Amino acid sequence: MPHRVAILAQDHNLIAAIQSDLSDSEVLELRDDLAERIGRRRVRGIVVDVTALDVIDSFVARALREIAVLARLRGAETIIVGIQPDVAIAMVQFKLNLTPLRTALDLDEALGLLECAR
Amino acid sequence: MTHEVLVAIESDGDLVEARAAARALATRLGFSRTDATLIATAISEVARNIIVHVGTGRIMMSPLEEEMRCGLQVVAEDKGAGIRDVEAALHDGYAGRGGLGLGLSGAKRLMDDFDIDTKMDRGTRVTMTKWRFRDELERMKEKRQRRP
Amino acid sequence: MTTPTSHDWTSADANGESLLPELVALLRASRGELREEWVRRITDASLLGVMTPDEIFSEVTAVYDNYVDALETGSVETLQAYARDLSERIIPRGVDTDEVLGIVLLLRDVLARRLFVEYQHDKDLLNAILDAYEPAANRIAVTVGVSFVEERERVIREQQEAIRELSTPVLQVRERLLILPIIGMLDAQRARQLTEQLLSEIQSSRAKVVVIDITGVATIDVAVADHIVQTVEAARLMGASAIITGLSSKIAQTLVDLGVDLSMMNTVGDLQGGLEEAERLLGVLPPAEPTER
Repeated sequence: MPHRVAILAQDHNLIAAIQSDLSDSEVLELRDDLAERIGRRRVRGIVVDVTALDVIDSFVARALREIAVLARLRGAETIIVGIQPDVAIAMVQFKLNLTPLRTALDLDEALGLLECAR
Repeated sequence: MTHEVLVAIESDGDLVEARAAARALATRLGFSRTDATLIATAISEVARNIIVHVGTGRIMMSPLEEEMRCGLQVVAEDKGAGIRDVEAALHDGYAGRGGLGLGLSGAKRLMDDFDIDTKMDRGTRVTMTKWRFRDELERMKEKRQRRP
Repeated sequence: MTTPTSHDWTSADANGESLLPELVALLRASRGELREEWVRRITDASLLGVMTPDEIFSEVTAVYDNYVDALETGSVETLQAYARDLSERIIPRGVDTDEVLGIVLLLRDVLARRLFVEYQHDKDLLNAILDAYEPAANRIAVTVGVSFVEERERVIREQQEAIRELSTPVLQVRERLLILPIIGMLDAQRARQLTEQLLSEIQSSRAKVVVIDITGVATIDVAVADHIVQTVEAARLMGASAIITGLSSKIAQTLVDLGVDLSMMNTVGDLQGGLEEAERLLGVLPPAEPTER
């Protein structure tokens, strides 16, 4: 995995921190990488931190939805954190469908939510 | 004065460059952070359409300076097969060949002016513009600077 | 510098450009007497009253030399640097901007008079000299004036921004809870600004619930409803849930008639009720009994 995304394991959670704007193939690599890791060990929650993304378009949105679906198949919950205000406005105006996705403000919030879900 | 910016769209790495170039130009032209994001997102969608449906094309971004307003115009061009049904393509959920859909209709929602010019087997040109209005201060300053 | 007698000024180009170096040299050579004359005029005109004569004299030395340099080079950068330098030297002492422009114009006059004296014996030569001098001197005055205008504009911009922020207040009532009371007309630009401020505030105060009160909204139409719905959705993407309050049954009916989907929104009749609901969501108040709903 290139240095553009850092994936950490914490308890039974995976935290994927995106460090910069990703190309489409890097987005797919992230999805596949997470899918592989979910398969390897018992994962209860996935947090994807998109703070560094200053554009979230239909491709990224779809990849995030796919990650959530793959995770759900393995019994894991996915939470997206760090959506920036201007990006949120763009996503809503664009009418990107993100209803199935759970979101939280930041990593702390997300980990708290995953803890409660237990 | 700022001139137009040209980005060749040939591989998916070019989308990253196009998004960054869009944001930089929008910022230089005085657009808000949110508007710069709307523009960059719209460009990302139309650029991806080029890659997915045609493989190669280009994006040209240029400033449109008017007295009352300032615009950022984006022209996305390819010499592909053309869009058979533009109405359908602009409809939400349109799958098209790559199954991605939503790109053009979403981009249209983000921009102010939006036009598709497509000819079968000749290519497609998407022209979209975002505007911002100049307030009185800015207009006075522009006038002053234009005087020799 | 000797008085030119048989000066070949006839070979000067149309606007007398080649005479500029000569008059600049004259003004440099005469700086002592001209500076004194200038200070005299400044005091006579009651300018720079806040400064003592000694202070005036020490400041004008640098200003004089820079002025003559600016005459000589005439480049925009030099002129703007000159204007900046002038402001930085004198404004902090409590001098008004019109005084600064005033002393620049007085200097222009003092130097012009010196040129008269020098070349008065030859009317055509004098005209040629003035043809060279006047545009150069006026460029300086205009640049100084414009720099003040631009500084004022910058201040106005800042104040506009401050007023804009004040007019759409997002209030933090307790930890993790924000209220956004919307009052008056809501056009596209204002709605966008409102949303941006709310989202920015959600981020900085880490709010989990926002109460959007629309009691004070003048008219609800599809556009306004749309703005509110978009704001609610954007807030959700940032992990905050929204409660809409102040929605009278009449307005609710209007929205339903307009085809707006209210089922996805959490609405409460009045602000007080909305705050209580917010506190339940935050776990501050116990969940409501089924009968209370």
